[in-house]
Order: sequence, then structure tokens, then C-alpha cells
Amino acid sequence: MIKIAVASGKGGTGKTLVATNIFYTLLRNKADALLIDCDAEAPNAVAFFNVSQGNETEVTRMVPVIDTNKCTFCGKCHDYCNYKAIFIIPPFKIIRVFEELCHGCGACSVACMDDAITEKPVSQGRVTSFNIDERQAIIESRINVGVMSPVPVIQAAIKLANQNHDIIILDSPPGTSCPFIQTVSTADYVILVTEPTPFGLSDLKQSVDTLKSIKKPYGVIINRAGLGNDSVQNYLKDNDIELLLEIPFSREIAEFYSTGGIVSEKIPALGDRLFQMITKIISLNGNSSN
Amino acid sequence: MEIAVISGKGGTGKSSISAAFATLNGRKVIADCDVDAANLYLLFNPTHEEEIIYIAGHKAHVNYELCTPCGICANYCRFDAISFNGARVTISEISCDGCFLCSRICPENAIRMLQNDKSRMYSGSFRNGKMVYGRLAPGEENSGKLVNMVREKAKQVAGENNLEIIILDGPPGIGCPVISTITGADKAVIVTEPTISGLHDLQRTIEIVRKFDIKAFVIINKCDLNSAMSDQIETWCSNTGIKVIGQLPFDTGVVEAMVQGKSIIEYDINSDVSRMIIEIWNKIINTN
Ligand code: SF4
Ligand code: SF4
Repeated sequence: MIKIAVASGKGGTGKTLVATNIFYTLLRNKADALLIDCDAEAPNAVAFFNVSQGNETEVTRMVPVIDTNKCTFCGKCHDYCNYKAIFIIPPFKIIRVFEELCHGCGACSVACMDDAITEKPVSQGRVTSFNIDERQAIIESRINVGVMSPVPVIQAAIKLANQNHDIIILDSPPGTSCPFIQTVSTADYVILVTEPTPFGLSDLKQSVDTLKSIKKPYGVIINRAGLGNDSVQNYLKDNDIELLLEIPFSREIAEFYSTGGIVSEKIPALGDRLFQMITKIISLNGNSSN
Repeated sequence: MEIAVISGKGGTGKSSISAAFATLNGRKVIADCDVDAANLYLLFNPTHEEEIIYIAGHKAHVNYELCTPCGICANYCRFDAISFNGARVTISEISCDGCFLCSRICPENAIRMLQNDKSRMYSGSFRNGKMVYGRLAPGEENSGKLVNMVREKAKQVAGENNLEIIILDGPPGIGCPVISTITGADKAVIVTEPTISGLHDLQRTIEIVRKFDIKAFVIINKCDLNSAMSDQIETWCSNTGIKVIGQLPFDTGVVEAMVQGKSIIEYDINSDVSRMIIEIWNKIINTN
């Protein structure tokens, strides 16, 4: 089993285009592949395939419920909560939990000496499994609107995939903050998708630094090559970073992609190149113990 | 007046549009609230008149001289950050949420909480006014708080310099930093593109915007890449009661401008896109 994450420092560089096309070409070549959409704030991968919905699980977080009859208003839970989620005015016997601020760490439950705190699950989002031709093919993570952090939902999606597939493709959340790191840290290899513009380069550098710090092997795909300038190519050369593939800018690709189509279906050469690329990545990085 | 420019997903051209707004006539404050992938400073090259350290939470560290190791902490951590193999506890920096619980329950006081202090906020000037931006160090959370800091600073700077308009270049997505960007802002401009995912993301973004009492406008960028989808988005918006204030065609000039460190307005004020952006801006400013 190998897990390959497809990521990009900023959104909109073509990360989902690459992830869905890699997945498509793997399926076409009869590989046992699974796609996990970890972009829980804006999951879109499912829309590109003809799927039927399978199991759906709710992802919850435990938040405290305070029994004001037992509470002695000692304030210890408030002191233990590092997220300012418990509000208390002892003289007025007022205590409240701000559920949106709570991270579900359980510190308040440990703090309470009077058995006044129980916990209840609160929904953060859901993880849905989708089938293609009656076998599990895509797992989607999706947070509820207004939820602070997508991390628990992403983790649940990755966990659900367990080890039952040969190749797992993770469509990562954009950026380099917590959700990105949580996703790529579970991968054996990371494909960074960028575009040859100053914004693209700046985000790429940040992603590369992050991946270096957690010691992940990675390579780069330049999407919309020909647009912008060659500063990304030069950066890759100067830093000995592998350029996996260049996808030329074409209006045709952009227009077809906008209809929700799989570009490799229309331009099979793209699928072939992605398949060669991924086969090489697997032969060099495959079968780890992650 | 704070005008937030947001989008459900990245890559819709949100920052290029913010940059165009910021370089239109009249000095302004531009605040880059996309702290996870701040980009506008690349175009505007602002001076750094002030640099402020932003503390983005904490991480637990074990002092192995004191650790016995009893392994109690591993049972308490709800984030699976502590592993214990019988001989040594190890805390994963990636998973630690910084809740302090392990440091509080450790009987040997062997766990210390260290601040994450690599994130920064900068404030300075650019060629058309003042600029404030935040840069979150990789792997750090709580970007919503940094966004709040950026906005506070932007307001202060606007007050000190008598600048009326603040443009907030927001982060993509629908999470906490987006909410921090639009809470209390006066107007929200949502940039979308005519793709299936563009429409989905727009719907989720509008769901959020509706939770706040904020005047929202939609711009469909690169509209000619799929005009049928652009029309579909326009229809959906008008059925929902949200105003589409402009459809911008795809123009490689926007990228060429970026490569030269300019906004499209500075690069070619007479281009179709520039003229449309000016029209859009006037509508945003003049609608109450
Ligand atoms: S569970 Fe943790 S974050 Fe939530 S209220 Fe209790 S102490 Fe605060
Ligand atoms: S601070 Fe909280 S999240 Fe971090 S290791 Fe300790 S118990 Fe776990």
C-alpha cells in the first residue's frame, strides 16, 4: 500500500485536476486505487465521477455539559481550558460553555472535582464513502459550515480508508497550516502542484520548506506551463527538486475542466503521462509501513 | 468601510481582483487576511514599519531528565499526540493541539508548554496607501486570531491616516479564518469561477455569508471559459437574492501583470478587464 498526497500551497493551481486525473488513469489501468478528498472545506472530487453513495458517518467532538446543580463554581475548569471556551462569573453563579471555541480536549472534565461535567458529542462534519462500479472508490471529508478546524474530519476520512487498497491518493487541503500537515504527514510521497507565476512560486517555496521540515519525499508538477514566467523552473533547478511533469496551459483544458469533465478522457496523452509518472513514483517509494 | 474579498476556493483570481481594487484611484488600506498563503506583498512590496510576533498556540515538550516514565499523559491526550512504548513517551509536534492537559496532570512536572512564535504580522506602506498583512508559520493553527489582529491593525492604521476604505483580501474556504474575515465587515465580494466546483463552493460560501448580516456581491471571473455555467451561476444567484455585479472574461494580461509585480489596473488600465473592474468597484461603493 502506498499513500500519495496531491497538494498545493494555494488553491486553484490544479490540484484537484491532477488528483482526479491520476485517479482516473489508475482506474483505467485496473489498479486498486482509492481517492480520499481531504479538502474538507471545499470537497469537489466526487463531482468528476459517476458514483453511487455508500456509507456516511458523522464525525463528532466531545464538548462539556455542566450540571449547574452540582457545580460549586470553583472555576478550575475555566483555568484548565486553554481555549477560553468556559465562561464563569462565580459570584453570580453563571457558567457557560462556548461550544464553537471548545477543542474537545477534555481538560475541564479532568479539572472538575465535583462531578459536574459530562460530555456530549457535537457534529463537526461527515465522512462519506462513494462507490464506482460497486466498489469503494472515493472517500469524502466535509466539515459543517462554521466549524473551526477541519482536522478531525480529515483524520476520520484517512482512518476509514484503512489498508484495503494498493494505492491511496489524498487530495490535500490547500495552504501549509494544520490541515495540510495532518494530511501529508500520513503520506509516503507528496506531489506539489503549482503554477509558473510569482504567487505560485511563493506558495511553492512555503510548501517545500514545510515538507522538508517533516522529511517527506516530494516532486513538483507545473500546471498551466507557458503562462507567467520561468521562475518556478529556475527555482526547481537551483534547488535540485524533481520536476515530475509540466501540463501546458491550454484554453481547451480549462474549458473542458470547467464542465466537470476528466481531462484525460478528452486528452488521453495527459492520462498516459500521469500514469507513467505515478508508476515511477510507486516503484521508487512504494510499500512503506505507513 | 471594510470590504472583504473572499472565495469558496483558491485560484479564482480573488487576490488579483483585490490588488486591482487596491490600486484604483484614492489611497486605501489593503489588509491581506489570507495569512496561510499571503501573496499580495509580492505585488506591493510594502515597507515594514512594524513587525509584531504572533503567538499561535503552544506545543508540549517532555523534559526527559524528569520523566519517569509513567505514561499517564498518553492516556489523557485526546489528540493521539502522545505515544508510550513502556520505556519512553514521545509527543508528536504535528498532532499536539496545545491544550496543556498533559502538562497539568504530569505527576513529575516533566512536560513544558512552549509557545509557537514563528508567525508574524507586518504593517507598512505601499504605493497606494497602507498595507497590513499576516504570515502564519507552516503547520500552525488559529489563523482566525491572526486575521483578527490584522483587521484590528488595519482599522487603526486607517484611522491614523484618515483613509476611509479598507480592502480585506480574504482566505479561501469556509473555515475559521474566513469567518474571522467577514465578521463585522461592511461588504463581502465573493469571487467565483464558472466550474462545477466553483458553483458548489459559492453555495457554501453564501451559506456562511448569510449567517452574518453583510451585504454580498458576486463576481464571476473567467466567465468565458464556460459561459453556460456562468449563466447558470447567475440564475442561481438571482433566485437566491444575491447580486452578480460583474462577469470578467479570462485575460492572460492578469498573469502578465502579476509577473511584472503590478495589478491589472496598473498594467493596462484600458483593457476590458480593467474597465469592468472599475465599473464593479463603483457599484460596490455606491450600493448601500
Ligand atoms: S473540553 Fe477542553 S476546550 Fe472544551 S471546554 Fe473543556 S477544557 Fe475547554
Ligand atoms: S498539550 Fe494536549 S494535545 Fe498536546 S500532547 Fe499534551 S495533552 Fe496532547
